Amino acid sequence: MKRLGFIVNPVAGIGGKVGLKGSDGETILKKALELGAVRESGRKALVTMKLLKEVESELEIYTWPGEMGEDVCREAGLQATVLGEIIKGHTTPEDTIRAAQMMKELKLDLILFVGGDGTARNIMDAVGTEAVVLGIPAGCKIHSGVYALNPKTAGQLMTQFVQGKVRETKLAEVMDIDEEKFREGVVQARLYGYLQIPNETKMVQNLKSGRGFSETVSIEMLSNYVADEMQDDVLYIVGTGSTTASIMKKLNLPNTLLGVDVVYNRQVIASDCTEKELLEIIPRYDKVKIIVTVIGGQGYVFGRGNQQISAEVIKRVGKENIIIAASKNKILSLFGSSLHVDTGNEEVNQMLCGYYRVIVGYGDIMMLPMSD
Amino acid sequence: MAKVKVRKNFQQARWNEPMIYELSTPGLRGIIPPIVEDEIEEKVGDVASKLPEGLRRKTSLDLPEVAQKQVLQHYLHLSQETMGANLANDISEGTCTMKYNPRFCETMVANPGFADIHPDQDPDTVQGMLKIYYDFEKVVKEVSGMDKFTLQPGGGNHAVYTAASLIRAYHESRGELEQRNEIITTIFSHPCDAACPATAGFKVITIWPDENGMPDYEAIKAAANEHTAAIFMTNPEDIGIYNVHADKIVEAIHAVGGLCFYDQANANAFLGVARAKEAGFDMCHFNVHKTFGTPHGGEGPACGAFGCKKELAKFLPVPTVEYDGEKYYLDYDKPESIGKVRQYIGQSAVVLKAYTWSMMMGADGLRECAEISVLNNNYMLSLMEKIPGVSHAFQGNGIVRQEQIRYSFQGLREKYDVGSDDMNCRMGDYGIPWFWSSHHPWVIPEPMTLEPCESYTKEDIEEYAKVVEIVAGEAAENPELLKNAPYNTGMHRRIHEEDLDNPDKWAVTWRAYKRKHGVE
Repeated sequence: MKRLGFIVNPVAGIGGKVGLKGSDGETILKKALELGAVRESGRKALVTMKLLKEVESELEIYTWPGEMGEDVCREAGLQATVLGEIIKGHTTPEDTIRAAQMMKELKLDLILFVGGDGTARNIMDAVGTEAVVLGIPAGCKIHSGVYALNPKTAGQLMTQFVQGKVRETKLAEVMDIDEEKFREGVVQARLYGYLQIPNETKMVQNLKSGRGFSETVSIEMLSNYVADEMQDDVLYIVGTGSTTASIMKKLNLPNTLLGVDVVYNRQVIASDCTEKELLEIIPRYDKVKIIVTVIGGQGYVFGRGNQQISAEVIKRVGKENIIIAASKNKILSLFGSSLHVDTGNEEVNQMLCGYYRVIVGYGDIMMLPMSD
Repeated sequence: MAKVKVRKNFQQARWNEPMIYELSTPGLRGIIPPIVEDEIEEKVGDVASKLPEGLRRKTSLDLPEVAQKQVLQHYLHLSQETMGANLANDISEGTCTMKYNPRFCETMVANPGFADIHPDQDPDTVQGMLKIYYDFEKVVKEVSGMDKFTLQPGGGNHAVYTAASLIRAYHESRGELEQRNEIITTIFSHPCDAACPATAGFKVITIWPDENGMPDYEAIKAAANEHTAAIFMTNPEDIGIYNVHADKIVEAIHAVGGLCFYDQANANAFLGVARAKEAGFDMCHFNVHKTFGTPHGGEGPACGAFGCKKELAKFLPVPTVEYDGEKYYLDYDKPESIGKVRQYIGQSAVVLKAYTWSMMMGADGLRECAEISVLNNNYMLSLMEKIPGVSHAFQGNGIVRQEQIRYSFQGLREKYDVGSDDMNCRMGDYGIPWFWSSHHPWVIPEPMTLEPCESYTKEDIEEYAKVVEIVAGEAAENPELLKNAPYNTGMHRRIHEEDLDNPDKWAVTWRAYKRKHGVE
């Protein structure tokens, strides 16, 4: 019998689709809700928890009230012991910390938590390396290496853990960036500490890889190539990140490092677009392509840091019009696993599966499979 | 297993040998030739004046002036500071096919009948040498099943570049070159299979392995289309796994109108066993200086034998060596040829040694060479897989390895924070030459690639595996021992890699050395 803790950060990832690059802080949360953001972390956690149904008899679950876990357990049909108290609709990081601390004291076998980098930091503050934990990715920023690849693999990994098939643990980095600076376009990731997670490399996200000299050269070359190959009379939706920023630099165009810009005939026609804005622009053009990169170490192409390019946007543009460009190092760091998508829409995730030509240099391409 | 001998108290010489110019004493002579007798001088006259003006020196030669004994001593010292093939247990150099180079082949090239001829001579005066080129071509044709070869390329990469050039000519002749601008290759093929097509102006699409370590067939099918000019692949790839889908891959490329080039730089596992032709390839090449028993390393000399099917033969470099039933001649009459890729018809010393080696081995001997290479490699694997911390690429996939294997010390890295470079340095203390890890970047972590060719004995293999076992054991007990190694070799550990990229320091000629270091 395994004793499992389960904590949901109900507001994790809420800023993503509305272009806010994070959800830390009360003002941002309010702004996100005003912009029409939807609470999604519970829905993602449900995918994981439903998979635990088949090992329910070997499992005891402890969770926190309402939207912090109780609701998801009920919806998944799982029995759970509910601890603590919250003010519904007004949960804070302190609630996460309190919940994790209590679960540590109960000496549970593993604490499963749902959130992003901010949530991982809260968990770390509460339990340090004294408890085994695993994250279900639901935040805008996933720089930490403490997460399963996606909610589905989290469920598969948990099932194996409950059955005693995964026993070893390892320390994984908790990284986060300053959200204030992130919104201004400055990425400053730092190592905050470590959490202890199950050691199953294929199912756990690798830390976003760093950049070396060859990385710079590689990005320079692929940027030249993508810029040279750009066609007239085609609308390009240019995704987030420093790789796509380098492409924009080659085109001598202004760029929003962590936002989505739109280019037509080598001119920026819209900057830092939300999903809604993209959906308004797309129908006005005959040919539309998306240029995106791969999140280093994790292999995510959609659903991490570029939620503005939503399932609906992708569906309208079409799979064949996706251009993926990433440095060779990023691709090498994925060895053994494929590219991933997590658009939040199962149908679109499925549609995106298959092989892609990933541009890694000038006329230098690697074939990689994509899966959800 | 009998008791394995390991060189525990190995100590390599370190002579700190000066450059030979630094040993020079003005006026000192090793050999003083006799003065020409008056009678001869009278009859012959001034020999120098008979040389063409352009070949006559205006200044005297700047050679080191050293006595015979010092010359011999100097080169013996240098040889003792190396750890190369024919001296040490060189299973280390995986993918290089380092095998014994028979001394008899050396006596052949030293024979003045071969040593003193020149490729500019009239073909009528070098019929014997041309016959050897012609007959060696028959050997590689038989081994590969291809219809026609050129021995002109000066090495393996050069032969691969010849393939890329030929593919351009082929598609150009069909008016499709502009459309067919992509070449597919695989990640564990030699990097020249990507670099040569890129240099020849093609886009390159690289295929990752599937879960068994073979090139992902589905990815190849997804990549192949009307833009595909060709596929360049080795088989087995550098990691030593034979791709059982080779013929299916060839079919998929042919189906979209592309050509198939088989990089057979190291063909040790296939001599007399399997041929490029039967797998459906249109072209292939051999590194003659590897598979066919001639020495290599230290920048050559080398020879890349490039072969193709008869439909493509019209594009081959000129001249080719032909026989009209009476005599051998050079054929320049190929209007669609890609031209010369190098002067003359190929490195004659390498061709002669390879021809000698092939004739000594015979057809049965070539097959036996392949069988023993595979046997040796799998025996080596059986010893290596018992060593804690040592794994190999795609371990446990149930596929028998061919003549080489890429191992990994990732287990040691994770447990003791020592890796491939540390193992390499410490193994040197047991008289083992620096092993080849892998091309960079390392796709298989902390790699080591070994190739125990047919000329290594069972004892060689056991010694090598034992040294790995001992050093892996040392890693567990005292990782610092590895991190500070080597202790007994002629050279120290290279701490600052960037030192190798210092044009102010390094010079490849004495003249450049004098200039850069202010030597008078």
